[in-house]
This record gives sequence, C-alpha cells and structure tokens, in this order.
Amino acid sequence: MSVTTGPAAMSLGDGHAAALRRDRTIERWLMLSLAAPALLLVFVCLIVPVGWLFYLSFFTDGGVATLDNYRHLVEQPSYARIFWTTFKVSALTTAICAVLGYPLAYFMSQLPARAANLCMILVLLPFWTSLLVRTYAWLVLLQRTGLINTWGMQLGLWSEPLPLVNNMTGTLIGMVHIMLPFIVLPLYGSMRTIDRTLVQAAANLGASPVQSFVRVFLPLSLPGLTAGALVVFILCLGFYITPEVLGGGRVTMVSSRIATDIDTFLNWGSASALGAVLLLLTLILLWVASRLAKGLSLVGAGH
Amino acid sequence: MASASALDIHVRQVTKSYGAIVVLDRVDLHVQAGEFLTLLGPSGSGKTTLLMVLAGFTRPDSGSILFGSEEVIRLAPQKRDLGMVFQNYALFPHMNVAGNIAFPLRLRKVGAAEIAKRVEAALEMVQLGGYGTRGIHELSGGQRQRVALARALVFEPRIILMDEPLSALDKQLRELMQLELRRLHEKLGTTTIYVTHDQREALTMSDRIAVINKGKLAQLDSPRHIYSKPNSRFVAEFIGESTFLNVAASGGVCRYRDTVIKADAAPVREGRCLLMIRPEQVQIVDGAASDNMNCFSGRIVGRVFQGDTLRIDVDLGGGEAITLRVPANSAGLQSMPADRESITLGLSVADTTLLPAED
Amino acid sequence: MSWLDKAATETQITHRSRLWLYVLVVVLFAFLVLPTLLVIPMSFSESQYLEFPPRHLSLRWYEAYFNSRSWMHATATSFKAATLTVIVATPLGTIAAYGLYNAELATARLVSLLLITPIVIPIILVGTAIFYAYVRLKLVNSLIGVVLAHSILAIPIVIMIVTSALKSFDMNQERVARSLGASRVTAFFTVVMPQIKFAVLTAAVLSFLTSFDEVIVSLFVSGGDNSTLTRIMFTALRDQIDPTIAAISTIMIVVTSLLLALAQMFGRQAKR
Repeated sequence: MSVTTGPAAMSLGDGHAAALRRDRTIERWLMLSLAAPALLLVFVCLIVPVGWLFYLSFFTDGGVATLDNYRHLVEQPSYARIFWTTFKVSALTTAICAVLGYPLAYFMSQLPARAANLCMILVLLPFWTSLLVRTYAWLVLLQRTGLINTWGMQLGLWSEPLPLVNNMTGTLIGMVHIMLPFIVLPLYGSMRTIDRTLVQAAANLGASPVQSFVRVFLPLSLPGLTAGALVVFILCLGFYITPEVLGGGRVTMVSSRIATDIDTFLNWGSASALGAVLLLLTLILLWVASRLAKGLSLVGAGH
Repeated sequence: MASASALDIHVRQVTKSYGAIVVLDRVDLHVQAGEFLTLLGPSGSGKTTLLMVLAGFTRPDSGSILFGSEEVIRLAPQKRDLGMVFQNYALFPHMNVAGNIAFPLRLRKVGAAEIAKRVEAALEMVQLGGYGTRGIHELSGGQRQRVALARALVFEPRIILMDEPLSALDKQLRELMQLELRRLHEKLGTTTIYVTHDQREALTMSDRIAVINKGKLAQLDSPRHIYSKPNSRFVAEFIGESTFLNVAASGGVCRYRDTVIKADAAPVREGRCLLMIRPEQVQIVDGAASDNMNCFSGRIVGRVFQGDTLRIDVDLGGGEAITLRVPANSAGLQSMPADRESITLGLSVADTTLLPAED
Repeated sequence: MSWLDKAATETQITHRSRLWLYVLVVVLFAFLVLPTLLVIPMSFSESQYLEFPPRHLSLRWYEAYFNSRSWMHATATSFKAATLTVIVATPLGTIAAYGLYNAELATARLVSLLLITPIVIPIILVGTAIFYAYVRLKLVNSLIGVVLAHSILAIPIVIMIVTSALKSFDMNQERVARSLGASRVTAFFTVVMPQIKFAVLTAAVLSFLTSFDEVIVSLFVSGGDNSTLTRIMFTALRDQIDPTIAAISTIMIVVTSLLLALAQMFGRQAKR
C-alpha cells in the first residue's frame, strides 16, 4: 500500500491540511517571537555595529574605499610584534592551563558528589570575583615590594627582588589565574561522564593503572580538554585588562592596540581592521571547536 | 451506559508524519458516546500519538476530528474540555492535593465555596476523602494516580483521555485500579479513551478495543470478538497466545494436509491461509472423529507445569506443532498421557478461526 | 595499614603513589583562592605600602573610600546599573529561553547562536561595537546605555540557566494544565514558573554580578557622571597603586561571595 505524506484527495476536502500547516507555522513564529526582544537588543547594539565596523575597515577616515587599513597590518612591523605577542601569550596561557587544569579536574571528578561540589565552589569563587579585583591582587603580590618578593627574600630564596610584574611573567601568572576555571569546568564536566566501569574493565583485562589511564581515561577526556583549551585560547586572544595592568605597557596585545587606536587616535579604520582580523580568527577557532567538541549544548533549541 | 451528555468521537483520515516516518496513516475511528475504548498496540504503533492528537498537543498533518458535531482538529487543547491522566501523574508539586484538584475549577471561575464542595466530592469518588490538605510528596503511587484522576474528573469533562495511567504501579495495585476505573466509568458514563500496551488490561476494562499497528487501525471490536475472531495474524499474536497452522483454501473448502477443516465461516480468500489455535480451545480427544470437531494427531514432546495450567507441546510432524493448555487440577494431571505418546487433539468447529496469510 | 597504603581507585593505585596529585591540587586551590583573599587583610593595613601581615591595623582606606564623592558616586552608579540589568535581562532571557525551547529546531538554533554571540565574540570587540553604535544613538555615557550593554552580556547567561531548568522540568505538567483549561500563558505562570523560579533567581543573581563586575564594555560605554565603579578602578590601577582599591576590592569580594552564596542556596532549593 503506498504511503502518502501530502494531502490526499478525500471526501472531506483536503482534511484541513492547509489550515493545519498554517496553524503550525503561526505557533512556531509565536514561540520564536518570545526571543524577539532579546534578539532585537543584541542585533541593534552588537551585531549590526560589528558588521558596520567590518564594513568601515575598508574605508579611510575620509570615506574613500581602500585596503590600506589591512595593508598597514601586514606592512608595519609593530603590528607583527603585536600579533606575535598575542599569539605567544595565548598559547603559553593555554598550555599552562591545560597542564595544571587537567590534574585538578581529574582529582575533582573522582570525588564523591558532595566533596566535588565543595571543590567546585573553590573554583567558582575566583571565577565570579571581579577581574579587576583579581588583577589588582596579583599586582600587589608581584610587585618589587610585594608579598612574594618580601617573603622570598625573608626566607632567603633570593637576594634581589625579582621582576615579577610589568612584564610577560606577571601577565602570564595573572592570565593563568583568570583562565584556569575556564578549562577546569568543561574538563570536569566531561570527566564526570566517563564511565568508571570502563577503567575497571581495563584493569580487569590486565592493564596497569598507568596503562588504563593512558589508554582508556585520557582519550575519553580529550573532547572536554579540547573544548576547554579552545575556550581559553579564544578568550586569551581578545583579552585586555590583565595584560594592560600586569604587563605594564610591555605586553601589547591586539586588544590593547584596538583600545588605543580608538581612545587615543580615534583611528576607527585601523581599529576595525584589527578587530576584523581578531573576529575572523575567533570564528575560525570556534568552527574548529564545534567540530571537535562533543555536543556540550548549553543553549537548548527545540526538543 | 452513557450519561445524557456523553459525546461520540469521529476520527477521520487523521495522518501524521515526522519527515519520512509516517506515525499515523489515515486513521478512521468512531468512538460511541459513553463507551470505554482502549487503543492497544506495541510501542511505536502510534497509539499515544493518536491520543495526543485527540488532546490537541500534537498537530496532525490532515484529517478531521469531531467531538459530537463540533470539529476540533484545529482547536487549542484548553478549549477541548477534556480530562487527561498521564502515566507519570503530572501532579503539580507546588500545590497540595486540594490545590491540584481545584486547579481546573479555578480556571473556570467557580466560586470558592463551590470549589471546596466539589473537590471533596471528587476525593470521595476516588476514595481519598479528607486528603485535601496533604502534600503531593506524602502520597503513594496509587494515591497520586487517584488524585490525578480526581483532578481530571472534577470539572465533568465531556471526554476523558488516559495515557497508560497504571503502568507505573505494581501488579496488584494495577489490577485493583483497573476495576476501580471500570467502576468509575460505569458510574459517570463519560466517553473514555484509554491507551495501553498491556493486552490483559485492555481485555479487562474496555467496551471495545482498537488495535493499532504501525499507524494503522488493525481491528476495532469488543474484547470477546477481538480475542476469538482476530482478523489478522498480528492481532491474533498481540492478544493472547496462539499457534498457527498452514492450510490451503480452494473452492471454498479449507484443507490441512488433505483433511478438510470444518469452520463456521468460509475462508476469506483462496490460496494459503492460517488456522489459528488458542491453547485453551483445543482438547485431548480419544480418537473418535466427530462432526463438530476438527482433529489433529501428533506426539507429545513437552509438558511444562506453569502453576495454574499445564502447557503441552504436541509435534504434528513436518515441522508444525500445536501448544495446548489444560487446567492443572488433580483430575487433569491424573489423566495426563505420558511423554512421547501419540494423541489426538480436537478443536470444535465453533472455535475454528481462519486468518489470511500475510503477504 | 595507614590510609596512605589504601587503594584510591578501582585500578588499585594507592594514595601514597598519588601523593603528588594531592599536593599539586592543594597548591592549585591555594593559587586560585588565596591571592584574592589576601587583599582582605591588606586592606586593613595602615601603611601606604600594602603589606602582609599588616603591621598596624587601620580603617583609613575604607574611610578614604566612603568619604570620596567620586568613589561613592561610581559605586551608586554600579549598583543602579546592576539592578536595572537584572530587571531587563532576567525577563527577556527567561521568555527567550522558553520560546526557543518550544520552537522547532532549525530557526531556533540559529537564534540561540545569535543570542550567545555577546559572550563568544572577544569582549574588546563587543565593547568597541557597542561604543560605535552608541556614538550614533547618542547613548554614550548614559545610564541606560550601560544597562543595555550589560544586559546584552547577561542575557546569554540567563538563557543558559533557564534552558537547563526547562530541560529537567516535566513538560507533562504544562500539558495537563492546558488540558484542564489553561492557556499557554496561564500555564506558564501558574505551573512552569513556580517550579523554575529558583533557576530564574539564580540567573538574576548572576546577571547582577555580571553587570557589577563588568570592566571592558563599561570602559567604553560608561563615563562622566555615569562612570561605573569598575571603570574608575581601572583608571586608578593604571595610574598608581592606590591602596583605597584594596578596600574597594574587599567590599567587592564580600558582595560577590554573598551573592554567590545566595545563588548556591537557590540552586539547592531548586533540586529539592
């Protein structure tokens, strides 16, 4: 018997098929319209301006169409340095966070629920504490007369105050402190879902503890690790506050340059070109992330 | 018996697909006013989808649904005046028992005094009188289901829909509730549509059963008829136990291996057919053929004691067998022939049912 | 056999051989939590150079904070902006989450994607873009501009929290309510909301925190009379290490912790 999915010729007309289709469409749009106010806000204040700025990057201040803004990015050596610094800081921060964050997440994932929740609070507390407060704390700790130097010298670990801030070191310390929760959270989430009986099975089959970790646990935790690492890397690319304060002007990242271009030089063309490159890089990385990371869907859509 | 205000339901050519998967395939169904109709089928058959379409939660692709004389297929759920009971009760945890039951009455702007009266009456009806102030979490599964029932009945809906409401209960409680639901139905006379995959439940409770398979209505009949005269192998297998023998029909006469099979009804078509044999219908006879019996001879190859019945497998040779059940009382057990013995089985003509072989 | 020799996991590694892990974890937790906490005692130090442990205790930096018109004004602005952000972002985000949850797959996914762009795009670009739009809309240095900008950042968080609550909510209850005669709107307010209310409250608290702590966008968008606390703090940080900032930081830490404790409480209530 053939199966029809469209309206068949019936004695009761089309059996309300057209009207039912209309009803369905209306309901769908009604539901989506609930998201309209939020969408309108984001559109008008963010998406349109971003598009606009991107468009702007192809014009000079005078309104002449040009690729000069982009050409400057390639030609001027200062920009090359900025890109290199940004990339270096981001890569180093991500690497350090991955190395430190993995054991931390692993430890938490093996704890019973209540203890894990307690540890989660310890991770979330810095996460939600203001960026500025944390950056300031490091500024105070790392300066020449700061806590670390004072104690270090008192304990005889070193004789001269170490330059821990206003340079790359201070910046990295601060960035790792900010970014660590961002890698621990998805990693922890992913590790939590790893079936413990799999590791047990490996042990039963004769694998040593190290082997069962490397062969079973590690590969299963890779999606969470990749997701977390990508999140951290992307965040580092666009980061502003911490490098500004802890870098003391010696660590110029793309974001600092954009801010200066606008604040000091009012050079929208250059700023928007730089911004466009940053955005493009971010979108490419996000696309990679969406391919690699196993569906960590945070925003539901239909069900 | 139908109450004066009971409505009948006409379902015509209702179709629903999700992409390429057809879940309901031009279903036609007429539910009589005041009857208790069960939609019975395996999971994925479309029975719950049909119920959801009747309730208005799933929008079909096409068709027509009449409650009485009113076309409701495009009507929003809240306007259909239905009482619904779900498998997981879906009681509102932030309200107590009385609050839950009063909910539909409050929506209908009934006065407070009247609400209190009707809530208590509804609780009495499900034998939970005085439970109004209890919280939902204080109730057992059976009690929760009864509250859900009271909530669905308190505003006297014209139609009641139930989606496997007893599946979450244990066996004894389930059987108790089946009888209670039946009693309530007889008292109220509201048209009720009940969904289940449990054929025993369907047989116990329904005025009529609609067997649904793969989105189509397979058979609509009273429990008695569906059991004794199924119209297809699927229905015969889904309800009760049976074994099937291949028979050949030609010229209006059915033959099983050269023996003529006597039946009340002529075979439906020519060619290959199936003879359905229910285990409790066939008996051991002592060889003598008779006019109102179809006989088969074979050899006993297995006997299994199953508490209330003794199940006997008889091999007819040629790869075919019949399973029969005899009551396991002392008389039956005593006169039981031994293993490997040749015996003759008889099926009365009245019980002989022929089915079309599936294509 | 001491605790050290017991097996820690199903692969029979003892605690002793994993000691390095425990030490590392303790160090890391200290790394995460202590620096922030050290600011608190330092803020009570009398000397100009923040020291730990403070030799002489004093409230001078707190006095400096409370007595300063500009700091107080900025604080008031931040509180006002944060409160208004909650009022804007929570309802907008909640109904968006509900609508998207019930809409059909394809378009809803696109809309969800657009709605989380504010936290996905590098924050410096968000600030720049909003600033650019505000220059044209004449919203720079206005309170309403700040509130809208912060709302854009808070809405994705609200959506994520409410969506997760909706996923664990039994939709049959909404269906029952509708079958009993409630319209979708009535069912939402009488049945759905009472049960997701703790998630919504958590989302509200986190919206407040998002706005209160926000720095970069505020740098671009707030200013003059409507400068946020964070903006003033940032400029102060860059110019010199004003110990008053230690006092302000302490207050901010306390506010954040209280609000987080509140959110935790709501979260636990929701699981009941």
